[in-house]
Amino acid sequence: MQIYLPIAEVSVNAFLLLGLGGIVGVLSGMFGVGGGFLMTPLLFFIGIPPAVAVATEANQIVASSFSGVLAHLKRKTVDLRMGTVLLCGGLIGAAFGVVVFNYLRSMGQVDLLVKLCYVIFLGVIGGLMFIESLNAIRRSKKTGGRATRRKHNWIHNLPMKMKFRVSGLYISVIPPFIVGILVGILAAIMGVGGGFIMVPAMIYLLGMPTKVVVGTSLFQIIFVTAFTTMLHATTNFTVDIVLAVLLLIGGVIGAQIGTRIGVNMKAEQLRILLAIMVLAVCGKLAMDLLIQPVELYSLGTGGH
Amino acid sequence: MMIRLLSLLLLIALPAQAQEEIVLGLSKDEVAINTTFNGSEILIFGAIRRDSPEPEGDIGVIVTVAGPDTPVTVWRKERRVGIWVNIDGVEIAAAPSFYAVASSAALSDVLRPSQDLLNRITIPQVVREVGTNVLDSKSFARALVRIRSGSDQYQLLESAVSLTRNTLFETRVALPANLTEGDYLATIYLTRNGDVVDTYMRTIPVKKVGLERWLYNLAHENAVLYGLMSLAIAIAAGWGASAIFGLFRR
Repeated sequence: MQIYLPIAEVSVNAFLLLGLGGIVGVLSGMFGVGGGFLMTPLLFFIGIPPAVAVATEANQIVASSFSGVLAHLKRKTVDLRMGTVLLCGGLIGAAFGVVVFNYLRSMGQVDLLVKLCYVIFLGVIGGLMFIESLNAIRRSKKTGGRATRRKHNWIHNLPMKMKFRVSGLYISVIPPFIVGILVGILAAIMGVGGGFIMVPAMIYLLGMPTKVVVGTSLFQIIFVTAFTTMLHATTNFTVDIVLAVLLLIGGVIGAQIGTRIGVNMKAEQLRILLAIMVLAVCGKLAMDLLIQPVELYSLGTGGH
Repeated sequence: MMIRLLSLLLLIALPAQAQEEIVLGLSKDEVAINTTFNGSEILIFGAIRRDSPEPEGDIGVIVTVAGPDTPVTVWRKERRVGIWVNIDGVEIAAAPSFYAVASSAALSDVLRPSQDLLNRITIPQVVREVGTNVLDSKSFARALVRIRSGSDQYQLLESAVSLTRNTLFETRVALPANLTEGDYLATIYLTRNGDVVDTYMRTIPVKKVGLERWLYNLAHENAVLYGLMSLAIAIAAGWGASAIFGLFRR
């Protein structure tokens, strides 16, 4: 069944979108990530204009992270105070990101920027995760134990300290604030929630306990992506509500199924699968940039 | 001498214009883009009316359908630091978002190049680059035609107009799914020996209707409300999913 998207101005198969939403939903449920970093490139592949894909995906992430945060609030695994600090940074970052996005759009470089961001971040995160989970599997085979992490690093010596009770931390607000800004910029440029960057940053940089990380990250992502959606909707008019609805119907159902599958798998296996997937998407995008394209020319909207 | 020549020309030209006239019909007066829109086909048909016996010369019918003109920037990629980046851009002030040319025989047989230049009928005549500082700006215009031809936005349909007894003509033009809104102009040219002897124009409005229209207007005229509505739907869907699956879990 073909559906004409009013903002993207293309006709696409509704079931294809439902299916894409579903598959990405399953994956995001399995791995506890928003799935935006997979969905946005997939939308590029099926011919949705990049500007519309990025803006609409931000809207869809609001839905999936809201659904997720409700579950975490019930289990009391959301650090609201930490979330608020991250959020303040996030809003500033998102506003800055949209400005950068619009500037590069007028220069015809937005596709490049979005794709470069994807290649770099997916490559780095995927690579690190792959190595880390391989080591974890090896370790669990050898000793069955886990190496202990260093408790104190330079981050704990910064000023403006604050108590984060739920996380059991007493640290400076500067690092979470900066993490928030960076994730906000990414959210605006890449159309992702930034969970796949925020989660490792919270664990390894801020030293937060793993059990509150996902909930807190989701809490912050709701507001940053909602803000991004509003910015894109009011400055670029690129949020396609029909596209968003189709994606999120598939997405929310898929996420619930994915959660069930995830429960029955080992954490290391899950992580290594996710890493391989991330690297695959990264590889495809990198090829597009590195190999000489068949068509050297491309069309942009005129009148800058 | 000049006056005699002019009056002679007039004598030849005048009857030629009055002799043959195009009468046109369209299968649809307008194209409505609704939610299930997946391209549309317009049947363009008509007849050539003559008050006197058919004049000499090879007859030809050319049908063009042109979408609204929009400015386009054509970018060319070059390799920089190992990756392919948009470097040069040429702004094309106006290029039709859709253009189809159908003719009753090969275009070169029914249209002289000079007449093409005058009436701007074929695709290269419609897309013209303007004021650029890039050296080979012609290749940018050609690239535009190539890319849009690839996505059926520009169509060259030679010998696609069927002409019956040199009087009745008919052709079909398929509009693709990714249509731009606006007034589309259908033009019919009647040629004799490659010279245009009569033209007829008719606009076909293409517009979004119903939900598509409403959402598009809302997104552009009331962006804040539209943004809030998108968020409300997202929040409701997120809450709904967790509530429904919460029920299943019990």
